[in-house]
Amino acid sequence: MGHDSEESAATSNGGTAADGGHDISPPQGENRGDPAIEDTAAATKELGVHVEPSAPSQSSSTSRRLGDEHRPPLPPRPGTLDILKEGNHNTGGTSQRSKQSARPNLQSTATIALSRTDIHTQSYPDGSRETYAASAETTPPSKPAGVFGSIKRFKGLSGSEGGDSASVRSYAPTLEAGGDAESLLGEVLGASQEVPAWKLLSTQYEAPDPFDTFMFEDNEATVDFYREFDELRGGESGEQNEEQQLTQWQSKRKHFLILSSAGKPIYNRHGDDNLISGYIGMIQTIISFYEGANDHLKGFTAAGARFVIMSQGPLYLVAISKLGENDAQLRVQLEALYMQILSTLTLPTLTHLFANRASTDLRRPLQGTEPLLSALADTFTRGSPPTLLSALECLKVRKSQRQVINDTLLRTRCDTLLYGLIVASGRLVSVVRPRKHSLHPSDLQLIFNMLFEARGVKAGGGENWIPLCLPGFNKNGYLYMYVSFVSASEGHGEEPDDDRNETEHQDEIAVLLISANKESFYDLRTMKDTLVKELEKNDSMAIIKSAVRRGRPAATDIVPGTVLRHFLYKSRANVQFTMPSYEPHFTTLLDRRRLLSLYHTLHANVHAKNAHLKVQHCIRRESVSLAWVTPLFELYCVAGPHSTRNALAQSANKVVQWVRREEERVFIIGGAVF
Amino acid sequence: MADSAGTAPPKPSSSVKLVLLGEAAVGKSSLVLRFVNNDFQENKEPTIGAAFLTQKSHLPHRTIKFEIWDTAGQERFASLAPMYYRNAQSALVVYDLTKPTSLVKAKHWVAELQRQASPGIVIALVGNKLDLTSSSDETPETTIAASGGEEGTEGADAAEEENGDARKISTKEGREYAEEEGLLFFETSAKTGKNVQEVFTAIANAIPETQMKTTKGAGAAGGGTQSALGAERVNLNKRPEGAKEGCAC
Ligand SMILES: Nc1nc2c(ncn2[C@@H]2O[C@H](COP(=O)(O)OP(=O)(O)OP(=O)(O)O)[C@@H](O)[C@H]2O)c(=O)[nH]1
Ligand SMILES: [Mg+2]
Repeated sequence: MGHDSEESAATSNGGTAADGGHDISPPQGENRGDPAIEDTAAATKELGVHVEPSAPSQSSSTSRRLGDEHRPPLPPRPGTLDILKEGNHNTGGTSQRSKQSARPNLQSTATIALSRTDIHTQSYPDGSRETYAASAETTPPSKPAGVFGSIKRFKGLSGSEGGDSASVRSYAPTLEAGGDAESLLGEVLGASQEVPAWKLLSTQYEAPDPFDTFMFEDNEATVDFYREFDELRGGESGEQNEEQQLTQWQSKRKHFLILSSAGKPIYNRHGDDNLISGYIGMIQTIISFYEGANDHLKGFTAAGARFVIMSQGPLYLVAISKLGENDAQLRVQLEALYMQILSTLTLPTLTHLFANRASTDLRRPLQGTEPLLSALADTFTRGSPPTLLSALECLKVRKSQRQVINDTLLRTRCDTLLYGLIVASGRLVSVVRPRKHSLHPSDLQLIFNMLFEARGVKAGGGENWIPLCLPGFNKNGYLYMYVSFVSASEGHGEEPDDDRNETEHQDEIAVLLISANKESFYDLRTMKDTLVKELEKNDSMAIIKSAVRRGRPAATDIVPGTVLRHFLYKSRANVQFTMPSYEPHFTTLLDRRRLLSLYHTLHANVHAKNAHLKVQHCIRRESVSLAWVTPLFELYCVAGPHSTRNALAQSANKVVQWVRREEERVFIIGGAVF
Repeated sequence: MADSAGTAPPKPSSSVKLVLLGEAAVGKSSLVLRFVNNDFQENKEPTIGAAFLTQKSHLPHRTIKFEIWDTAGQERFASLAPMYYRNAQSALVVYDLTKPTSLVKAKHWVAELQRQASPGIVIALVGNKLDLTSSSDETPETTIAASGGEEGTEGADAAEEENGDARKISTKEGREYAEEEGLLFFETSAKTGKNVQEVFTAIANAIPETQMKTTKGAGAAGGGTQSALGAERVNLNKRPEGAKEGCAC
């Protein structure tokens, strides 16, 4: 670890694990004596944490990686879902999403420019586990050190880390490396046999966002991920039980905590409040320490986990991830959790509750929202293209067919309707909306989460009438949503007139009708009946159902003979994305998480603030991938390990051509407006 | 429509609007799931807003189509309740036999219904999770018989606890309150299905024919004969009796 540990020494106040004996390091840490762990756990030992205050004077590398500016968080955003605005689909330049759009000279040419200057290849031969860029911070540790030194429980957390798994160990060294590409890559290189030509290029790489990917190379880690979503289970009783649960808690790769600024726990994904009260207290102490200094703590790294903190009014939201997401990506996730809280309470209620009493216990008013928060959290842990891209996926149907569906929606629309949506297996089929209101992707994310990820609504069977606040639309009040599921597997949409209500909807089609009038259930219900009847009459229902059953095409169906195993194509103007089926290469939860981790890496790299990356190749032992960003689209492609760069580039071009050809099928452009 | 097509002469059919009210997690949705799908889920998620379901109940002389509002018990949805019970002909007010506060909440709902709902509304008081009590029959003799007052609760609690029983509200307490207020009364288990069908049947029987609305659906075929047939239906206004018959005790 020679080179790297020097780096890490430089950035983390001159200590390697071998030195030991730093004031804060637990001298009897479990890791002692295991060199493999030691070298990785350097940071943990010396300091426990590196904290990056958000002072504006931060070095450019910090802000680059913290990156909240370069990637606006998903929810409340003036930009709206352009699909829902007519005729806006071809103007990539006017994309409301500001990121990267300041590159007018980058034309979306049909080919990938393979010139040396445009391509910043960053290979990750084998090693590839450069971790959180942001972790490599150079904050003087002295300040935070005092804070952490006093928190004993913290040791427990870091201690468990060393014992976690080989994969954690193997990437940990780079965790603390300087924010300098050369050294970071150098370390990785040292571990690998070949020294590819890209090394020469690496110096050009301006914003190395060295970035972990989630590797599962040893079985232990693999098994871990499958246990990620399990409940914490205790042993017999008492102390032992709690210890066991804590161990399990620590083994989770991802945590979300929400607490009030007064330190009251509001939500956490794993375990109960008592179990982790120590951690909550610790986090609150850390945060308020910085608040006290008029400084906002945005994130820090400890024990191989990235902590990202978002402060929203009276709430602190904290993400703790060992999955290698960067701060901006974690922030988007926290933002979504916050939006869910607003969706339950509305902003005025939230503010009011805390204005009256700072020590308010928000758990009670939020009762029943936990499953929704957990569904969101688990979606993020599994990896979610819509969240990563802040975009929506649509069901692919012919343009003329979508037109018929749109027209039917418009024709059957009742007076009280605000938005009407047809959604099939989590993909948007059609939208009807008033001219002056568009729908916000963040709002749709909440709705989709409620209907398709959380089981509550669907499992109830029947129709639903749900008051909810859509913060993107208006965070001050409630709307009312009528929801009815139509099974896609059956021959005909069922009216509740039948004796049986289907409980098992594998691929369900949902009709969502949203109104501002809380009394309009029966109106909307009548509208839905008419709508479904009409859709059946004009064959649209059959078309939707067969599209649902057909599923997404395989990558090889889209580009015959391609080396691509998967891709994500996001149309920036439409705020929508399309992708092929995960089959046959990414069938398991784990495969998908790895794929998504790769996408997260690519995404982070091309969105790093000063990266100026338009195309990035990433070569790893298990895959070759490419990110390509233009003002019009973002494309992320993954091919098998032995694919050539040329083959990959060719396929990427083919994908772009395919999307261009199919644009009006894979995306909703315009939608139905009244 | 399909269901009545095969069978010989269509029975008269009418619809009954029913609303379920009660504290969160007492098992409202579970009762509906048992009634509608004859199913049970161990960890049912809380209802958000309200769910609207329909289910037919075949009585000897007619078919009743229940239009059921399964409301969310959480406090924050309480303000929407009037919308659901406003036009309801019947209400199921549910409490959890193992949770004293849930009966207090149930009493509030009963009071609100009596004040605000349509005057003829048929209300059934349902103590759910009977499977968690050791004896699904009568409450043990040890129960201190306090006359319907809330003071009785504590005495009963102590007694149940001694029996190693999760029951916190005695059958007697529930029944006496129901009788005072003129409610149907049942103790049920959505988990085992005990008494679930009976609750709905009793409600159907307790609703005066005159308050039933004929439906378009299945009833349409025999629509002409409907009222005539309905007239010779079994005696209607046996509400107090129904309460006793249906009771689990
Ligand atoms: N043992 C037992 N558990 C039950 C019974 N009925 C419901 N439950 C459980 O109690 C919990 C709550 O049940 P729900 O049916 O969701 O309760 P609810 O009244 O609809 O709750 P809200 O929708 O939040 O108002 C679930 O975990 C059910 O599995 C029962 O009869 N016996
Ligand atoms: Mg419920």
